[in-house]
Amino acid sequence: MSEPTQRQAYWSANLKLVALCLTIWFVVSYLFGIILVEELNAIKIGGYGLGFWFAQQGSMYIFVILIFFYASRMRKLDQKFNVHED
Amino acid sequence: MDLKTLTFLVVGATFLLYIGIAIWARAGTTKEFYVAGMGVHPVANGMATAADWMSAASFISMAGLIAFMGYDGSVYLMGWTGGYVLLALLLAPYLRKFGKFTVSEFIGERYYSNAARMVAVVCLIVASVTYVIGQMKGIGVAFSRFLEVDFTTGVFIGMAIVFIYAVMGGMKGITYTQIAQYCVLIFAYTVPAIFISLNLTGNPIPQLGLGSTMTDGSNLALLDKLDMIVRDLGFAAYTAQKSSTLNLFLLTMSLMIGTAGLPHVIMRFFTVPRVADARSSAGWALVFIAILYTTAPAVGAMARLNLMETVQTGAVGAPDGNLVYADRPIWFKNWETTGLLKFEDKNGDGRIQYYDDKSEAFAAKAASFGWQGNEMVTVDNDIMVLANPEIAGLPNWVIALVAAGGLAAALSTAAGLLLAISTAISHDVLKGMINPNISEHKELLASRIAMAGAIVVAGYLGMNPPGFAAQVVALAFGLAAATIFPALMMGIFNKNMDNIGAIVGMLVGLVSTLVYIFWFKGWFFFPGTEMAANTPENWFMGISPESFGAIGALLNFIAAYVVSKITPPPPEHIQHLVEDIRVPMGAAKASAHH
Repeated sequence: MSEPTQRQAYWSANLKLVALCLTIWFVVSYLFGIILVEELNAIKIGGYGLGFWFAQQGSMYIFVILIFFYASRMRKLDQKFNVHED
Repeated sequence: MDLKTLTFLVVGATFLLYIGIAIWARAGTTKEFYVAGMGVHPVANGMATAADWMSAASFISMAGLIAFMGYDGSVYLMGWTGGYVLLALLLAPYLRKFGKFTVSEFIGERYYSNAARMVAVVCLIVASVTYVIGQMKGIGVAFSRFLEVDFTTGVFIGMAIVFIYAVMGGMKGITYTQIAQYCVLIFAYTVPAIFISLNLTGNPIPQLGLGSTMTDGSNLALLDKLDMIVRDLGFAAYTAQKSSTLNLFLLTMSLMIGTAGLPHVIMRFFTVPRVADARSSAGWALVFIAILYTTAPAVGAMARLNLMETVQTGAVGAPDGNLVYADRPIWFKNWETTGLLKFEDKNGDGRIQYYDDKSEAFAAKAASFGWQGNEMVTVDNDIMVLANPEIAGLPNWVIALVAAGGLAAALSTAAGLLLAISTAISHDVLKGMINPNISEHKELLASRIAMAGAIVVAGYLGMNPPGFAAQVVALAFGLAAATIFPALMMGIFNKNMDNIGAIVGMLVGLVSTLVYIFWFKGWFFFPGTEMAANTPENWFMGISPESFGAIGALLNFIAAYVVSKITPPPPEHIQHLVEDIRVPMGAAKASAHH
């Protein structure tokens, strides 16, 4: 691949990854934690209603995992498309 | 040793530590002063970012806010953490690749316009100054409450400490003190929480305790028991939703994009050595933030439960079901003297009734009990964290630690904000617009003077807070969400976004958000000038002024996009700049660092 097309491919791979991560980000906080909270509260995990758990605990754990997932996948993409530093 | 001496010792020891770090981490160049030489390890930067981000409000007020809002308090938890996902995915790595010193500098170069840079500087200064007032106030409050030092003296001491390490070390000094401050504040926050969780549920991990069964023999889950107790007293169930779904949704969104657009947070990601580090560093920041933010809802719920059970000792409505005022615990008395807790014996029975006297459904019941109104007339949010160690019966050194933790939270955030303000003045205004040929040495001196000036102004405003101080948080987040975040994001993700589009977008976001907030809170917060009462019936589609930032951002995106379609595209070299920041290769290197 020539360098411009390679950069193009890298960028669209990145956009796909961002879209995937932001979908999960939206689902766990806005969908599970706010929009569907009452429905999910019918399901119990321990003493938590599931919707309440997503709103006050789960969404934050998943946010953390999402960022590290994104960072590690991007590290691989940086290598694969040869656009990494150093 | 008495509590006061112990508190002085603990707080004094932390202050000595901060000063020691300041002497060790002096800044010699502008690069060190502005971005710590770009040589901060991503984990260390994550920790510093967490301290930078978690303010006096996060440490002292948030758990109390959740204690009284219940489920609705989730907006703060999700809103103030979800923004880091946006930062890591959409902004931080690209701005690090750009490799300059300030957020406004990126906006100015990307949109090849000093006007755009100036709009960004103004938004940045307004957002940061409003924020820093709260921190200075927090320092004064912490001093006066724990050390019985006069409020003004407290602010002066706080100013002196920040002055020493921020003026000497700039970003470098601030970064390493923030790491120490994080350790102090997280320890002070989690230790009482662990003991309270252990007390109530037998589970030492508060995050699990919140979802556990009570050990009081009732065999109820903690949250179910809390729901039951508050409902029996006429309050809405703790876990139930109170405000509209649309408003919760938009408030969460506004806080998230506001967080991602706050310059003092973004700046921290300029300090790491590599682009890849900027991504992982955001993850580390969120790890350190989440330790406190996932503990806070447990602290809130457990403190609320403790408070309700302290007052309602027996069956609701039974003649001996309420605490006799004369028998109240010592912590109750202690907090009464501060005015944060206030009792008024409305029915003259010598017992405390704490219930929702605004609930119409409960009014008849209350009347039949002979209750004549809620007698806990003041229960300040802040008590929930500050009184926690006393309620749990923890030793004095833990109480001393909470004082040091509150001060650490306020000082670390204040320093980050002051740096954002002073770099905007010395780098964006002085070097960027007035005198581009200024020497490195002179710019460094100017940034130190700007920092000292910012500290004085912040201290003054902290001592004489304008009447609108409480209102301005909405403004800070609203502005960051509606102006800075969209401008940055479009600058990276839309190669064809031009100067006119971006400026029009920022102005549309700025004006719409300002007008909406002022409409309900008064023009420039002058009382009496509001156009409509700040109540849900008057809000447009039930959207509160605090939640409007997300709408302002949306209007910004739309306006910028439309204008960019009908104006000439940006010049070739700007399009190359955008292509260049999209790949990590060729990022500016870190300078030597110790």
